[in-house]
Amino acid sequence: MTDGLTNRRGFLASSAALAGTALAGCSGGSASGDDTLTLGVLEDRSGNFALVGDPKHKASMLAIEEINNDGGIDGKQIEVFDPDPQSDNQRYQELTRRAINQKNVDALWAGYSSATREAIRPIIDREDQLYFYTTQYEGGVCDKNVFAVGPTARQQLGSVLPYLVEEYGPKIYTIAADYNFGQLSADWVKVLADENDAEVIGEEFIPLSNSQFGSTINRIQSAEPDFVMSMLVGANHTSFYEQKASAGLDVPIGTSTAMAQGYEHRRLDPPAMANIYAGVNYMEEIPTNRNTSDGGFVDRYYEKFPDAPYLNEEAENNYFSIYMYKKAVEQAGTTEQPEVREALESGITYEAPEAPDGESIKLDGATHHVDHHMWVMRADDQHNVEAVDDRVIPETFLSETVGCDLTQEDEETQYTPQDFYEEAG
Amino acid sequence: MVNGLNLLFQFLDSFAFIVLAAAGLAIIFGIMGVINLAHGEFIMVGAYATTLANIRAGLPLPAAMLVGVLVTAGFGLVVERVVISGTVPNALSQRFLGRKVIEPLYDRLADSMVATWGLSLIMVQGVRITLGNSLDQIGTPLGNIAYSGFSYSTYRVMLAAVALGVLALTYYVFTRTEYGMRARATIQDEDTARALGVDTERTYMTTFAIGSGLAGLTGALYAPTITMVPGLGSSFLVEAFVAVVVGGPSVVLGTTLAGGLLGAINATVSNVLGTFFGRIALLVTAIVMIRFLPDGITGFVETLRERRQEGA
Repeated sequence: MTDGLTNRRGFLASSAALAGTALAGCSGGSASGDDTLTLGVLEDRSGNFALVGDPKHKASMLAIEEINNDGGIDGKQIEVFDPDPQSDNQRYQELTRRAINQKNVDALWAGYSSATREAIRPIIDREDQLYFYTTQYEGGVCDKNVFAVGPTARQQLGSVLPYLVEEYGPKIYTIAADYNFGQLSADWVKVLADENDAEVIGEEFIPLSNSQFGSTINRIQSAEPDFVMSMLVGANHTSFYEQKASAGLDVPIGTSTAMAQGYEHRRLDPPAMANIYAGVNYMEEIPTNRNTSDGGFVDRYYEKFPDAPYLNEEAENNYFSIYMYKKAVEQAGTTEQPEVREALESGITYEAPEAPDGESIKLDGATHHVDHHMWVMRADDQHNVEAVDDRVIPETFLSETVGCDLTQEDEETQYTPQDFYEEAG
Repeated sequence: MVNGLNLLFQFLDSFAFIVLAAAGLAIIFGIMGVINLAHGEFIMVGAYATTLANIRAGLPLPAAMLVGVLVTAGFGLVVERVVISGTVPNALSQRFLGRKVIEPLYDRLADSMVATWGLSLIMVQGVRITLGNSLDQIGTPLGNIAYSGFSYSTYRVMLAAVALGVLALTYYVFTRTEYGMRARATIQDEDTARALGVDTERTYMTTFAIGSGLAGLTGALYAPTITMVPGLGSSFLVEAFVAVVVGGPSVVLGTTLAGGLLGAINATVSNVLGTFFGRIALLVTAIVMIRFLPDGITGFVETLRERRQEGA
């Protein structure tokens, strides 16, 4: 049933896009023949990650429609292969194979969680498929085929943690989801605490299935930290915020996961998210002209999807990376993947909605990561979100600490902070 | 250094969660021999109905919770007639095909698991399609209790009293009312009960509706404390099933003892070693119980009693 519906919706969206192109073709006449290229967009519209995956799919469709209406990429219209992977890693693997072998996609956007990325990366690498992973993640992937364009833990935590140390003091309590992403993010908190003369005084890892936080809240209260760093993940963990508010725990909380992805400040009753600071490259409330002005990114998104609940961090990442791909193809003059990769590695920039006027964000050719414009966003007790700090934070772990240079050496590795820092681990 | 009040509140919190998560499941399993794998989704129906009644229809929270209970009980009634007993499809097939097509799922453990598991998948996806990936959430009422540097949510402590109330009411219904007597007669010996004039069919139907209503109550009570997503029921399942396994055949006494034992273990271990070990302790307890007391606490008590009677 889901399939029928989502596919029908997808079909409607793509036929709308096609209708748009047909019109553009009539009026502008710039399209060069019936030449097309195919992009694979595998984003969850049902299952566990539907809440956060659906905006990624929508924003991708927006970018593709805009590009097609504007004459396509180098005169070629974009076709989309976008079945619903249903938050299921096995289905992701099947669909990735189908996208590469049967649909011959020119580039692939796929996956919300790091677990999904790691499930399909072997297939990507075996087939040497150009692949964009857009979720904010733990960092460290140095892979010749992968462009991890979301911000890394070092960039996200590196924006919010120093701000909170300055604002509230040096004693940090970490709570994180008990799996790969949470563990590595907690290691980054320790590294960053060390760099900012702060100290992690307590740490707890919460199983993803846990939704009751009574003892965690008491433990935070007994440690008396200056602030909490929260890298909780998923619907069960979201219950923490309501529960800590009703228990009267009002310590400031820094996070790389809440608000920007699952828009908790819209879904929860105030003041559950009061005094929570998110370190992010994008959320709907980012105060840039490109984002919030009339006809800006937010306007265009809701014009195409009036019923969409939120425009989240990863949605912007999908959006700008499709435009970066467009630039690269036009620079390379071909959709041949090795040439496009080389063009992407030449230092493509784009005026993304996250960056203020006159500024653009840069794709670093050596690491395949993006030097993001990062924001610290604070929710008040009415759940109004305002920007309290912002600056460009380059990716530094791979480029400076590890020394990953994909323009010189082909690699397919994920590096972790334990390998390089004493504080981590 | 263990803070006594912290431990007490965590115990009450944990006790309430386990008892309320398990109550509806225990009744349906104990009396009808149906393992309801859609139990979590019944809780979700209660939570969703409560939230929608409160936020969209503007009812005050207690009234919205009542709506949640009634909607879930009604939904349970429909499920019982259509899926569990097969009465509705059988009536249709009798008319058009001249024979029954569905055998009731009473006391068919494995079959009832598969059927209700399928039902749970349909319910989660159905809700996702019709109501979207999440609902706005109601805030937790009643504020907090503060004490020497700590504080605990009043509402969650109060749930422990509600849990005891639910147990007392269930006990009353099953021991002091005519329905309760019929229900117990049906469990003990269905054929004899029927021979004595008990409408067992009707007893099953009522029992399933009551069990569903209790699941709905759990959903209604926890709606202000958990995230409103279609899959929310799964966060109750581990506690619910462990409690039923540990409690054993006697519904009320079993659930009470299981809630007390598991709540104490979970709260103490979580308090001293952390949430992660609290959950491990819960599961280890279940394994140990299944290994050494396969009939649960109340089953063990029963065996002891029988042995003593034989000895005497």
